[in-house]
Amino acid sequence: MRTRSGSIWPYLLIAPTVAGGAFLLLYPLLKATVISFQHFRMGELIRGGAAFAGLDNYAELLSGTEFWQVLWRTAGWTAINVVLIVVLSTGVALMLVRLGRGLRLALMSALALAWAMPIIAATTVFQWLFQSELGVVNWLLVTLGFDSFRGYTWFANGTATFAVLVILVVWQSVPFAALTLYAGLTTIPAELYESARIDGGNGWQVFWKITVPMLRQLFALVASLEVIWVAKCFPQIWVLSQGGPDGATTTLPVYAFKIARVLHRYDLGSAVAMLTVVILAVALVSNLRRMVRQ
Amino acid sequence: MKRLTLNAAAVVVLVTTIFPVYWMFLTAFKPTGDIQSATPAFWPAHPTLEHFVTAVNAPGFWTYWRNSLVVTVAAVLIALVTALLAAFAVARMRWRGRGAFVIAVFAAQMAPWEALLVPVFIIARDTELLDSLAMLTGVYFMITLPFTIVTLRGFLAAIPPELEEAAQVDGCGRLAAFRRVVFPLLAPGLMATSLFGFITAWNEFAFVNVLIIKDQDKRTLPVWLSSFRDVFGTDWGATMAAASLFALPALLLFLFLQRRVGTGMTAGAVKG
Repeated sequence: MRTRSGSIWPYLLIAPTVAGGAFLLLYPLLKATVISFQHFRMGELIRGGAAFAGLDNYAELLSGTEFWQVLWRTAGWTAINVVLIVVLSTGVALMLVRLGRGLRLALMSALALAWAMPIIAATTVFQWLFQSELGVVNWLLVTLGFDSFRGYTWFANGTATFAVLVILVVWQSVPFAALTLYAGLTTIPAELYESARIDGGNGWQVFWKITVPMLRQLFALVASLEVIWVAKCFPQIWVLSQGGPDGATTTLPVYAFKIARVLHRYDLGSAVAMLTVVILAVALVSNLRRMVRQ
Repeated sequence: MKRLTLNAAAVVVLVTTIFPVYWMFLTAFKPTGDIQSATPAFWPAHPTLEHFVTAVNAPGFWTYWRNSLVVTVAAVLIALVTALLAAFAVARMRWRGRGAFVIAVFAAQMAPWEALLVPVFIIARDTELLDSLAMLTGVYFMITLPFTIVTLRGFLAAIPPELEEAAQVDGCGRLAAFRRVVFPLLAPGLMATSLFGFITAWNEFAFVNVLIIKDQDKRTLPVWLSSFRDVFGTDWGATMAAASLFALPALLLFLFLQRRVGTGMTAGAVKG
């Protein structure tokens, strides 16, 4: 490092970053925190002069039933998606290692293509796939003999809408997770597997005794990223169902958005967002700690 | 036998992965009669461009396309320049506060952006930047900046400073050494980060919904596409054509850059 300490150059070089971060990240973050402790609704938005409200917003949330419903729904939504994503992408990664070169390249290109598909484009396509009269999914189900799906309206039923959203999010998330885990798998020396085979281990044992321990940190990382991604997932849900029908797909980010944008309760919306951040941070830190330590 | 099962399973995964993308393009090229037939056709027997004509002629299409492109490209370019400066300071210089700066950048990568929708909306309103592409660009720039700095720093650190020093010994100034020696070697890093920035900004949906309120001409493609029912009703051919036109830049860029990113361009530069 050749620059003498005390030179002004490094500070000039980071100045744009610092300025951007201060105005567009730090300041909004402080403001979000402050608003969550204020009485800030339509009136305050127009007139200004929001009053300090202490913990009123948080008390209102935590004492009501709706917030807890949404919280548990979000937990379920995250758990179902993340388990499916990790299990399926592990399967795909293990498959990629064993495939011949041609098929492997084809599958990897397909994964890359699905990965690059813009979120809203994919969401629109899934609405078309699951369309009641002309959708190809209903056609396939009827052809396979499930006659009750003839003209079935997926988006009128809470559970069905939830299921479609899970399929959509899993489809969008598996490529990244699978390609990352595949990259990790290729770093495990082949000798390890050979010696395990010689010692008489079957495929299942080899997976749990060698692959999983070797890739523990990568698994922890992928799972954590997916937890963040799924728990905070908003555009897919908003476009597909706006949290409906009857709130069946309202997760925390959708709830916060609804409260702020539709009900103009900016204070309560900020409180929901703050609680989401805290819950996620606590869950992730404890999870990461546990998985890395094991 | 085992080989066959494996390959069959791989084909199933491949088809499942690719099918939604394929179905989007296929529907976009199918004539309306084929789309509405009771038995779907899985091959474009009578390809047509009529749906693309409908999509492209929909009111505001080109405006939204331009808005998306302007916001995305501007955010990516500003982030690249800003990040390059910061990454250079971090990777090549020693100064007081460097450690704290690096930690702050890492922390900013995990910024809870959805919690910032309300304050950013209020800040935009207070500074009269609602319905402005500039504010949107600023937000996208800031969302992508931390990742861009971290990645470019990694790429810069992998380029030996001796290469620059050699150029300086050969009579280059420090800036010229950077431009002629480091910059070309940094190309894969710049591509990787701009790809990430492009995907992020091109996809962004929540902030544009909050920041663009009255002036419909400032909307971007994701918002427009999300309201396809208002635009195309139940015309699925046109909807899929619009989705295809929205997805195409991302898909092409991805396939194009994917091969170039991560190739060891410096491989022969030092050893030789």
